[in-house]
Amino acid sequence: MNHLYTWSGIIVVVCFSVLGDIMMSRSMKQVGDVHALGRRFGLGTVLCRIFSNSTFFLAVGAMALAFFSLLFALSWGDVSLVAPAAASLTFIGNAFAARIFLHEKVDRRRWIAALLVAGGVALLAG
Amino acid sequence: MVLSICTETFLLRTENWQLRTGLTFRKYLVLAGVTVFAAAGDSMLSHGMKQAGNISLHHLGNLILALLNPWVAVGILLLLAFFASYMNALSWADLTYVLPATSLGYVLLALVARFALHEQVSPLRWMGIALISGGVGFVAGGPAMTHHGSESPPTGKDTTDPSNQAESKAPLLPTPGKGGTSDSASREHVRALGGGER
Repeated sequence: MNHLYTWSGIIVVVCFSVLGDIMMSRSMKQVGDVHALGRRFGLGTVLCRIFSNSTFFLAVGAMALAFFSLLFALSWGDVSLVAPAAASLTFIGNAFAARIFLHEKVDRRRWIAALLVAGGVALLAG
Repeated sequence: MVLSICTETFLLRTENWQLRTGLTFRKYLVLAGVTVFAAAGDSMLSHGMKQAGNISLHHLGNLILALLNPWVAVGILLLLAFFASYMNALSWADLTYVLPATSLGYVLLALVARFALHEQVSPLRWMGIALISGGVGFVAGGPAMTHHGSESPPTGKDTTDPSNQAESKAPLLPTPGKGGTSDSASREHVRALGGGER
C-alpha cells in the first residue's frame, strides 16, 4: 500500500513539474528574448511584460505545487527512489509535453539526449 | 602564417557552430549560469539546513531562524539567480534544449562531492555522469530554438547590437504560426559559408 502511495506521489510530482516547465516556457516565449528586449526598452519593460503575463503566475503556482507534492512523496517513500524517479520521468515527460503543447521539434538528437540524461540522473541519484 | 591560418579556421568553425546552434557566447554564459547557480544554491541550502538542524511542523519558528543562517541565505539568493537565468534561457531556447543542456549541474554536484567533500562516488554514479555528459553533448550540437512560420533562422548574432542590425532582420518578438524549423535553413547558411554538417 505504501508502494502505491509512493508511486502516486511521484506521478503527481512529475505532472506538476512538467506543467510548470511547459507553462514557464510558453510564458517566456510570449514575453520574447529577455536580453534583446532589455537592451532596447530597459529592464523595467521586461519586468512589466513578465509580471503582466498570467501564464507566468500559473507556472510558478504549478512549480510550487510540484515542490510541496515532492515533500509529501518524500515522506511516503525513500529519497533514493523518489528523487531520481521524479527527475528522470520529468525529463521524459517534458519531451512529450513540449512536442504536443509547445510544438517544439523534438528530433532524434533531443530524444536521445533526454533519454541519456534521464538514465544518467537515475544512476547518479540511485 | 600558420598562426593566422589556425585563427581563421577557429573563427570559421566558431561562426559555423553559432549558425548551427543559434547561440552566442552570452547565451552559453546564461546556460552555464543555470547549471552553476542551481548546483551551488542546492549545495549551500543543504549545508545550511544541516547546520540549522531538524525542523518539525510543531516548531515552524525554527524555519525563520534557519533563514538567518548565512549558508541558507546565500543558497536562496543563488537559487533566485538560477531562476532568473532559467527564465532568460527559456525566452530564446526550447525547453527540450534547455533542460538537457543544463543537466551538467548533476555532474558538477557529483564532482564537488568527490573532489571537494572527499565522498566516495560508486562506479554506477560515474556511469551516470558519463550518460549525462553524453546527453548534453548530443543536444548541444543541434539548433536551440524551433522557429515557427515566417520567422528568420537563427543568425547567431545579437539582433539588437547596432553592428549586427544591418545584417540581421530577425524579429524581436515571437510571432504566432505553425510548423517548420530553422534546421534546414541554418544548414544552408553553413554550407554557403563553406562549412559542413556534423
